[in-house]
Amino acid sequence: MLDVIVIGAGIVGCAVARELSKRKLDILVLEKGFDVASGATKANSGIVHAGYDALPGTKKAVMNVRGQRMFDKLSKELGFPFSRCGSLVLGFGENDRRELEELNRRGRINGLSDIAILGREEILALEPGVGDSVTDALLAPSGGVVSPYEMCIALADNAALNGVKFALATVVTGISQDGDGYRVQTNNGEYLAKVVVNAAGVHSGEISEMAGGEKNAIQPRRGEYCLLDQEEGGLVSRVLFQVPGKMGKGVLVAPTADGNVLIGPTSKDIDDGDDTSTTREGLAEALEKASRSLKRLPRNKIITSFAGVRAHHKSDDFVIEESGKGFVNLMGIESPGLSAAPAIGEAAAEIVCGILQPEENSEFCPNLEPFPKFRESSWEERQRLIEKDPDFGNVICRCEKVTKAEILNALRNPIGAVSLDAVKRRTRTGMGRCQSGFCMMKLVGIVSEELGKSPLEATKHGGGSWILSGPIKEALL
Amino acid sequence: MRDVDVAIIGGGPAGLAAALGAKKAGADKVLVIERDRELGGILNQCIHNGFGLHTFKEELTGPEYSARFIKEVLSGDIETSLGTMVLELGSDRVLKAVSASGIQEIRAKAVVLSMGCRERPRGALNIPGSRPSGIMTAGTAQKFVNIDGLMPGREAVILGSGDIGLIMARRLALEGAHVAAVAELMPHSSGLKRNIVQCLDDFGIPLMLSHTVVGIFGKDRLEGVSIAQVDSSLRPVPGTEKLFPCDTLLLSVGLIPENELSKMAGVKLSPDTGGPIVNESFETSAPGVFACGNALHVHDLVDFVSEEAQEAGENAAAYAFGEAFSGSSAEVVPGNGVRYVMPFSINPKKVKNNMTLRLRVTAEKRNAALVVKMDGEQVLKRKKMVFAPGEMETISLSGELFAKRPNISRIEVSLEDK
Amino acid sequence: MKIICVNCPMGCPMEVQVSGQEISVSGNACSRGAAYAKTECVNPVRMVATTVKLKNAAIAALPVKTAKPVPKGKIFDCVKALKGVEVCAPISIGDIIVPNCAGTGVDIVATKNVGFAG
Repeated sequence: MLDVIVIGAGIVGCAVARELSKRKLDILVLEKGFDVASGATKANSGIVHAGYDALPGTKKAVMNVRGQRMFDKLSKELGFPFSRCGSLVLGFGENDRRELEELNRRGRINGLSDIAILGREEILALEPGVGDSVTDALLAPSGGVVSPYEMCIALADNAALNGVKFALATVVTGISQDGDGYRVQTNNGEYLAKVVVNAAGVHSGEISEMAGGEKNAIQPRRGEYCLLDQEEGGLVSRVLFQVPGKMGKGVLVAPTADGNVLIGPTSKDIDDGDDTSTTREGLAEALEKASRSLKRLPRNKIITSFAGVRAHHKSDDFVIEESGKGFVNLMGIESPGLSAAPAIGEAAAEIVCGILQPEENSEFCPNLEPFPKFRESSWEERQRLIEKDPDFGNVICRCEKVTKAEILNALRNPIGAVSLDAVKRRTRTGMGRCQSGFCMMKLVGIVSEELGKSPLEATKHGGGSWILSGPIKEALL
Repeated sequence: MRDVDVAIIGGGPAGLAAALGAKKAGADKVLVIERDRELGGILNQCIHNGFGLHTFKEELTGPEYSARFIKEVLSGDIETSLGTMVLELGSDRVLKAVSASGIQEIRAKAVVLSMGCRERPRGALNIPGSRPSGIMTAGTAQKFVNIDGLMPGREAVILGSGDIGLIMARRLALEGAHVAAVAELMPHSSGLKRNIVQCLDDFGIPLMLSHTVVGIFGKDRLEGVSIAQVDSSLRPVPGTEKLFPCDTLLLSVGLIPENELSKMAGVKLSPDTGGPIVNESFETSAPGVFACGNALHVHDLVDFVSEEAQEAGENAAAYAFGEAFSGSSAEVVPGNGVRYVMPFSINPKKVKNNMTLRLRVTAEKRNAALVVKMDGEQVLKRKKMVFAPGEMETISLSGELFAKRPNISRIEVSLEDK
Repeated sequence: MKIICVNCPMGCPMEVQVSGQEISVSGNACSRGAAYAKTECVNPVRMVATTVKLKNAAIAALPVKTAKPVPKGKIFDCVKALKGVEVCAPISIGDIIVPNCAGTGVDIVATKNVGFAG
């Protein structure tokens, strides 16, 4: 019998798993996707919220502030891209000014002492590109941006190195109580564990229901985004929110941890939690709303668009609790869930440790050995890298300057990439302005060769997402 | 750091011709830097015929066309550096390149930019829908089919009826796939008539003009696309959506000159061509940096690429020998009905026997004439039954016109009624 | 018979009428159009370009073409005849890969020089 099964390898599940790997426990993470970070974690705003937004006293408020303060140490240990660039909530006139004051008040109760309200002149000094109708703003210096999937992958890799097992492409189909623990049925067989942690994101409602929890606790809520070319990276240097107002919640314009500019999200309740389709209306709405925040919105520099589905809980707060004996629910982890994730990991681990009373894992290593990134290396470093490994001299993705050595590393990591998208999330191959037009063929070749497969078996994101159908002339009769 | 006379970035058709031009003009050390493992550039994957009618008076396939240039380059005391990608270029013409054998730093007396172009991806169109596999640019598919011998799918829809889209429709059909339709946003195709007949009609592939893809379906693999009619302002008309089941969507929706390096070197780009602003000698705004081929502006015919590039190479060699290309110039401006004219300025003193202008019109026009005016005075009128944006027009101005007007300040080309 | 001219962007819609030996073309704007219409009507031909499998080379596919245009109706026969054909490097442009392809009397020839590589 396992000690703990964590269901879901998104940012929350991986944060819990890594936190639990500090103790002597047998841990298995079950993930229905073909990679970690394949749900909401790969498609969200990538914002580390300072913590002024959530109502004081809610779990969202407490976890947000506690969580965001853990990012500096975590990113140092695990080497994922994170920048505390600060954020502004933009106000457009007198009504918004009152809203900003309310946010300022909340933020101070939540524990933020460095936030401040700025007038237009002060805003322009920080962000000369803001729109003409911006009048006031709330500045939060501790806000930041992070690469959510790289953070999640790093948490997973580190957890794996510290002994956590991962079963990908494993769908939980049933959960039943079995003596002192739980029997978890999956498409890949049954597992027994003393404790189950439900971190299934948008599917956490269904998982909770399998274990006897209430029905329909989670409402999937879709948000659509557009991403701009790095060429426009200078458009904003902080996260620009909008005061939630009559027009709805507003959208953000933010630099990404990788130097692009992100616009979005919209917010729409949907039925299918897996439906990450974008819509004409949604993308238009995101751009329309964002155009208020900026003097100039370069629509012709959009390189891609995407949608993510958040897990909204009907209580409007995070659920972090032992709902049944040995069954820990982590539900409704929508925004500011990413910011809160490290704190949620700790909180969940505390609950689990309260049940199992495990010993410390004296061999726990908090660090991930950083693998060199060619694009971030100096010319001298590049020369040294190539001398050690000529694959560092083979640039596969020209837009993001990713070398073959980095791609091979991504395939050989503890949670090794098995698809093109998985390589992309680990290395940025194909994330640039040509969106893999140049490197897709090379990438298919490298991935299939390293995994010992035919190029015909290569997939975009696992499962039925094949890329090539067969040899030419094969279908000719 | 090593020194060369002329460094040529990119070993496709433009780079090859530029190298030959530079050598012919007497440059000693000519270096072609190519990121691929072989020379030839995009022609390696253009296995169809139709190349070289102007240059060789016969129709060659892409590899055959490039082979003729490669042979000359390899036997012509020109150095080539394969598997090498230039990552940095300064306005001082010092470049840094990377290959499996390390970092090279090269100082060139003159540089020729011949990096080619890239295709617009799905994101640039912001087509809504899901994100399954099976969506790629026509050029990527061409690489898979023609270089690896592998098919991108069995049932395809192609968006965009530029020549690459048309050529790929035929390639897929020939190799056993079914091509359900080619959708084109505009009311006319930018592809050659010959390609519409021989790539679509021959294979019974419908061309849907004034249509575009408005939806993408399928979670893992593409399962279908929704195609709708567009109105005169190119907006989809609600209610006209039709579902096309398919597992492959190829995008042939435009080419963008590749100029990341040019920007690093401080080269000014034109919003009309997406390429560098050059003078009559193909010199960019950065002295000693020349541009040609699809990095300069997107061509329809490789023959014109070779012609321009050879000249760019010759001038680069001259610059390496100390010739300066600055000096008072006449600006060349597109007038009515003309989208752009290449070059952007002409120094009359630099015009030798004659001066070739290349241009594109903004919209199709029948029974019209291209009119060239020098400081308001009409110096040439060329009538034609039809002008189309998809066909690059060439005008040759005699050297005499310039010799007589050494101090002109403005040359305008416009499309007028016959 | 209706034929769209391919010689220039005009794309003249032409009408070809055959009566005995006489072929008359209408709708064309120039003489090139008439010539094209007659050929398309009597004996339409096409060049076929494709690839065959290649061994001992740095690339997996060798581009090839019909040495001359073949009758339009024979296009697919030519491609099908190349299914399963495999050649070994080195190869030079013009090398005959399949003689008299699909009974057309036209050879399939290589269109790329490929060196030997293991």
